[in-house]
Amino acid sequence: MIIAKDITKSFDIQEVLKGISFTFEKGKTNLIIGKSGAGKTVLLKILVGLLQPSTGTVYYDDIDICSINKQQLRELRMQIGMLFQGNALFDSMTIEENIRFPMDMFTKESIQEKRNRVNYCLERVSLEGINNKYPSEISGGMQKRVGIARSIVLSPKYLFCDEPNSGLDPKTAITIDELISSITKDNEITTIINTHDMNSVMEIGENICFLDQGEIAWQGHKDEVLENENPKLQEFIFASPFLQKLRSRALNAG
Amino acid sequence: MQKTLIHDLGKFINWLPQIFSRPENTKMYYKETIRQMYDIGIGSLPIVFIISLFIGAVTAIQFSYQLSGTLIPPYYIGYIVRDMMIIELSSTFTCLVLAGKVGSTMAAEIGGMRQKEHIDAMEIMGVNTSAYLVMPKIIAALLIVPVLVTVSALIGIGGGYFAAVNVSGFSDAEFTRGLRSFFVPLYVNMMYIKSIVFAFILVTVACYQGYFVTGGSVELGKASTRAVVFGDILILVADLLIAVVFMAS
Ligand SMILES: Nc1ncnc2c1ncn2[C@@H]1O[C@H](COP(=O)(O)OP(=O)(O)OP(=O)(O)O)[C@@H](O)[C@H]1O
Ligand SMILES: [Mg+2]
Repeated sequence: MIIAKDITKSFDIQEVLKGISFTFEKGKTNLIIGKSGAGKTVLLKILVGLLQPSTGTVYYDDIDICSINKQQLRELRMQIGMLFQGNALFDSMTIEENIRFPMDMFTKESIQEKRNRVNYCLERVSLEGINNKYPSEISGGMQKRVGIARSIVLSPKYLFCDEPNSGLDPKTAITIDELISSITKDNEITTIINTHDMNSVMEIGENICFLDQGEIAWQGHKDEVLENENPKLQEFIFASPFLQKLRSRALNAG
Repeated sequence: MQKTLIHDLGKFINWLPQIFSRPENTKMYYKETIRQMYDIGIGSLPIVFIISLFIGAVTAIQFSYQLSGTLIPPYYIGYIVRDMMIIELSSTFTCLVLAGKVGSTMAAEIGGMRQKEHIDAMEIMGVNTSAYLVMPKIIAALLIVPVLVTVSALIGIGGGYFAAVNVSGFSDAEFTRGLRSFFVPLYVNMMYIKSIVFAFILVTVACYQGYFVTGGSVELGKASTRAVVFGDILILVADLLIAVVFMAS
């Protein structure tokens, strides 16, 4: 469980987050949604401690990560997996070396055990057999999936994904969502996903935090989205006239 | 300007202890150190070779002019070339060149990793990136730069010999006699102390510039330039201080 408490963040005079309090629950796929520029990435980076909030704190279970020292933070981070919005794959290493890197750094397993684990992770993102390619040699969507493989390689307790399915076709995007969701369930981990993909919201949104202009405009479960009348939320999820039409049909039918 | 200099200095000094914390995994650090030693050592050998050869030769030719028409015995040429190379030229020139060649590369490499969020990604895994990215480079430089400086001194003396004998008309015997005269072992120690201090300066300054880079490719270019300029200036300042300390003792 991760708790954000009264988080604000300003860059110079721009106030990006204006008092965010939210509980990200264990064993659930927690979603942070909102328009481009709403502050999702900033919030995620504050949650993992890459950015310091201007005020407020973040608790991992009962550890306050804003007040622990660097060494303690590192120990906590060994239990964190994160997919960056820009993937952040190490471009001078092969795919296998990328995925293996956390294991090389922190485990004493044999090379064969590591290779098996790499292959297992690649399998989970349906990318078998690309071990020896370099990140520049695979497509953007494949890079994204390799990023996911790398973030789950050490079986993290906390998983953060910044836009895991942007740049993917709808079908692959859904596979990725299902993958993240099943990892979350299998290992009872706390997963936080940034997204503005409405499919993800409707499929895996178990605990949704809707950011609008730096504030939480709505929070809840995917099942409440359709019927909810919050105008900002509706405008965001059912953005196109086509989707609005679908929604009113669905509501009339139900 | 002065304010940022002081600010940078403070940040730099604060940053140093983080580099020297315990490695998460000695094997990974070891591998990285070997890679860096190879890059710094083998990669810089040709340029060190060429530069030292020329410096030695020029020193010999210049001094042969100075010596002609004086009462100083001709065999002094070997002695002068040797001591010039050992005391000052090999360590300083080699490290100034390395600050340009190795320093700019290191700043660009680490700076690129910062900008592409590689450093953040490693931090999230729990890696102490200050240590992992910088310590192997420092260790590699501390081990390999003295070797390069030794090579430089030997090649420089060789170049001096070649020029003295073939250009300035000294005899082989004169030069060799000079080489064997007035040898002060302390100067060799000084050469190694200098090369270690300079190596430390050039790596830490370059890595600092790369590690804390912000912005985009223009800033990365500037950081790389700053790595060279500040590295060079600090090496020369250290050179002066070491000279003062040694000559006083
Ligand atoms: N390092 C920074 N310095 C200054 N401003 C920043 C910085 N990082 C983010 N911002 C600002 O914070 C706001 C929110 O950015 P953020 O990256 O969190 O958006 P986002 O919700 O992730 O958008 P997207 O869906 O496009 O990724 C933006 O207006 C951006 O300009
Ligand atoms: Mg973002």
